[in-house]
Amino acid sequence: MHPRRKQRLVWVSLIVVLSSAAIGLTAFALRDNINLFYPPADVVAGKAPSDRNIRLGGMVVEGSIERSDTNLTTQFVVTDYEGSVAVRYTGILPDLFAEGQGVVAEGRLDGEGVLVATQVLAKHDENYMPPEVAAALEGKSKASVAPVSP
Amino acid sequence: MWSFIHKLGSPPWFFRFGGSLVRWLLPLTLILLLVGAFWGLLVAPPDFRQGNSYRIIYIHVPAAVVALAGYYVMALAGAISLIWRIKMADIAMKAAAPVGAVLTGIALVTGAIWGKPTWGTWWVWDARITSMLILFFLYLGVVALFEAYENKAAAAKACAVLSLVGTVNIPIIYKSVDWWYSLHQPASIKFTGESAIDASMLYPLLLMIVAFYGLFAVTVVMNMRAELIWHHRQSAWVRQWAGLD
Repeated sequence: MHPRRKQRLVWVSLIVVLSSAAIGLTAFALRDNINLFYPPADVVAGKAPSDRNIRLGGMVVEGSIERSDTNLTTQFVVTDYEGSVAVRYTGILPDLFAEGQGVVAEGRLDGEGVLVATQVLAKHDENYMPPEVAAALEGKSKASVAPVSP
Repeated sequence: MWSFIHKLGSPPWFFRFGGSLVRWLLPLTLILLLVGAFWGLLVAPPDFRQGNSYRIIYIHVPAAVVALAGYYVMALAGAISLIWRIKMADIAMKAAAPVGAVLTGIALVTGAIWGKPTWGTWWVWDARITSMLILFFLYLGVVALFEAYENKAAAAKACAVLSLVGTVNIPIIYKSVDWWYSLHQPASIKFTGESAIDASMLYPLLLMIVAFYGLFAVTVVMNMRAELIWHHRQSAWVRQWAGLD
């Protein structure tokens, strides 16, 4: 390669490597701000601030949803299987909100460690399948669980 | 091989080569788009949880995939332009930027339309969506920077540096859903192991991704040909092609 072109190739590589390093380190330093939500384990451990709004993300625990009979208040427990936080929300929940599904709730922690949410978003997972396949899978998992229960 | 690469740099040769490329790639792409859209929107089964609203995936994912890949095409053209000072690379870079911007815009808009019924919000500042917005601005930045300079060689140099600096964003977009907690789900199509999307939904999606690659190639080559005849409008070969001489 012509020496001048070689030199320019070095410059081009330096631009890419150095700018990537600069932006990569910045993103690494700001990782707490880039994370959209706190997992329940961090909230339980007191790593999430209690004096301002936070987002909490995790799975809705099976059987934990309690709906009020008089208004739109719903209470449920969000877990990441390392910690659990109760969430109270008054309002309309997204269609995909369900037990065993991911959610991101935004709100403030009250004195008892309950997140009083102002917004609840459903977090969709990466699984896409036709209803028949889902039914077949569910049947299979129930069948495999069945012998364990008396 | 080398003589082919050398010929690509020749405007009249590329103009003719691009013309014959478009002539067969354009109909092929349109057929793939029609078959993929028909398959994805009408034949593929609904999703067990989302019903029919998931079908926007057949536009959203191909647009996003090609927007990311197209950025590498643009940045590679920028690197070639900086190192070898080949005019054709400047033209390729300039041609790819608006196409990439449109694809990124499509991905952002379709994502918002899907997000409203699925997540419950049009927009959230999570890592995937924000980095995708940055990609949109990078593409628009390259388009704007080209127009901002009177001297086209200086414009190409500035755009090449901008697109090279922006390449860091591509792995960030790709891995954002794994590196940080985000609302956007991780990838359903996996290069290793079994995909998290059922085969009956995956095949039309793969077809649409191929079709969008074709669409990108066709539009970029058509853009380049238009730029070439404008750039060489005084040359004998253009005047001859246009039937002026």
